[in-house]
Amino acid sequence: MEVKFQETKISLATGGVKVDKEQPPVLLVHGAGMDRTVWSQQTRYLAHHGFSPMAVDLPGHGKSGGELLSTIPAMADWIADLIGELDMGPVRLVGHSMGSLISLEVAAHHPDAVERIILMGAAAAMPVHPDLLGAAERNEILAPQLMTAWAHGARAHVAGNPTPGLWMRSGCQALLERAADGVIYNDLAACNSYEAGDIAGQIDCPITVIVGSEDKMTPPKATAQLVAGFEEVDLRHLKGVGHMMMIEAPDQIRELMLSALR
Amino acid sequence: MVEPDYLKFDTLSLHAGQEPDPTTGSRGVPIYQTTSYSFVDTEQAAGLFNLEQPGHIYSRISNPTVAVLEERLAALEGGVGAVCTASGMAAFHLACATIMSAGNHVVASRNIYGGSHNMLNLTMPRFGITTTFVDPRDHDAWRSAITPETRVLFAETLGNPGIEVLDVPVVAEIAHEHGLPLMLDATFTTPYLMKPIELGADIVMHSVTKFLGGHGIALGGVVIDGGRFDWAATDKFPTLSEPYDGYHGISFFEEYGHQALSMRARAEGLRDFGAAMSPANAFHLLQGVETLPLRMQRHVENTATVIDFLETNDAVSWISHPSVSSHPDHELSKKLLPKGAGAILSFGIAGGREAGRRFIENVQLASHVANVGDAKTLVIHPASTTHQQLSAEDLSAAGVGEDLIRLSVGLEDSEDIIADLARALKASQKG
Repeated sequence: MEVKFQETKISLATGGVKVDKEQPPVLLVHGAGMDRTVWSQQTRYLAHHGFSPMAVDLPGHGKSGGELLSTIPAMADWIADLIGELDMGPVRLVGHSMGSLISLEVAAHHPDAVERIILMGAAAAMPVHPDLLGAAERNEILAPQLMTAWAHGARAHVAGNPTPGLWMRSGCQALLERAADGVIYNDLAACNSYEAGDIAGQIDCPITVIVGSEDKMTPPKATAQLVAGFEEVDLRHLKGVGHMMMIEAPDQIRELMLSALR
Repeated sequence: MVEPDYLKFDTLSLHAGQEPDPTTGSRGVPIYQTTSYSFVDTEQAAGLFNLEQPGHIYSRISNPTVAVLEERLAALEGGVGAVCTASGMAAFHLACATIMSAGNHVVASRNIYGGSHNMLNLTMPRFGITTTFVDPRDHDAWRSAITPETRVLFAETLGNPGIEVLDVPVVAEIAHEHGLPLMLDATFTTPYLMKPIELGADIVMHSVTKFLGGHGIALGGVVIDGGRFDWAATDKFPTLSEPYDGYHGISFFEEYGHQALSMRARAEGLRDFGAAMSPANAFHLLQGVETLPLRMQRHVENTATVIDFLETNDAVSWISHPSVSSHPDHELSKKLLPKGAGAILSFGIAGGREAGRRFIENVQLASHVANVGDAKTLVIHPASTTHQQLSAEDLSAAGVGEDLIRLSVGLEDSEDIIADLARALKASQKG
């Protein structure tokens, strides 16, 4: 669906059904250079299992209009304002990669906007390889290629898409190639410069963190540093899965999300 | 500078799409010879039918053996997904039916396979879809043939039977300037010789029956979704960008974005038209794909040797293959097909139709069949077979003369191929 927000058209994937305001809202936030479709294996399922999922395209991403937001706190403020505009009360906020940083910020600084957060591919800091950052700044295809190569576990480089006929590697690369010039660099730069500080200690809502054992972009060790700051956290590990866990292990992610969201 | 550590083409030819069977450990791809799949419970069944979760329901829509081939072909082409079909023509129809409806229009190269020409020229108009055919080398003709109702540009990477090389980047740019996708039949090149998606094509289809299979024992087709085209940028493609009642109002583009074409082609096209590939055929075709790089290299080498021979034979009046310097697309071929311009060539035989008939009847090693891309060398006289339904005018426009022999160079020892051709050419001149 599309909503007009701050004079701009914003795109949200709702699982192919109309948003039911009686059902608990779930807002899903994508990672750097990506869009709402990274959640395509989860949104429709959630929509038919008692929730109102809304996978948002951040400004300047996917089919959303608007200017790119250049920092994680700015993206978080925007998400918090969007939650207010949706007028469905506090949401269950799910973030992947850059989206997990945004979710952390929203939970810390806009606590009334969220009921709980689920983080995937999360870390307290997300330094970006200088070659990747440089390729992204020059809008070279190398940037989508490197991100795709690093974002998948070894299994996903060979096979394993549970959706018949879909090829994960090209799926990710094509998604990133579709980003307009400057989008990937904007997002990677925002991740690269983000400093979480003691944010973990500022979050009061329930937190679920899902870790892929083969995640090269936010390695388990980096996730562990973030998790160490939480007083209480529901930590889940997925073996043999990389950074794109929603696509690499959609069945497991659906089940984990469902149990965490309930 | 770091590089992406992708698995290479030869490795993907062997491995992409398959993990050892989780139950038996089978290293080879098992043939899942089944029509249907047991559901865990009613909730899972409902989820599968409603596209809430992936999985197999019925082999008309998907099958684990076929899915390995689909994933492998998508990997080799660099597409986001693939849908295999019962034949190459079924793939062509599936792609057309997924993105078009009555009232729409196609701009197509006039130098295409006779079956594809028939479908566009004779059959699709009965369903309200019309086609304008153009000279694939005439870029202005592509532009001027586009109308407000046009929904796709279609051509072959190598034309049939003149082996015209399509300037894929240029025609893709023309398509994209008009908000349209470029669909290519890449049967003659295979992803080993050309990757059209990297050159700008949006949809690639193959008759998998040909070089991809290579053995000539199983029919199959595939539609490969490039995943780069924005189906929602205009209102031209409502089957992908608008809600679909067939799945409770889902918009395939909203939910699946760059994979919308793959998802709709399977969820609607295979479900409703039913031109599914059989698991046994998928298994056979997979055996061919495993050796694709090795075979295509040999095809190209043998073709070069055969052309060297034909160029010196007095019974041959002309040769059409992009590797020949007189071919109009010789320079373009070097740019777009650096590994070779395939193993299909046509040549004119001195003495016209009658000499052609004698040639065909005197080959012994080469097989006279309506097929190309086999491991064995094949010959045919298109004017009396593949293109025989075409009118004289269309035949001429398609560049099919009465003296034209089409040769699909196989993997036999090139000395044996040449000896056979020499014998038949000699016999052809004894009128």
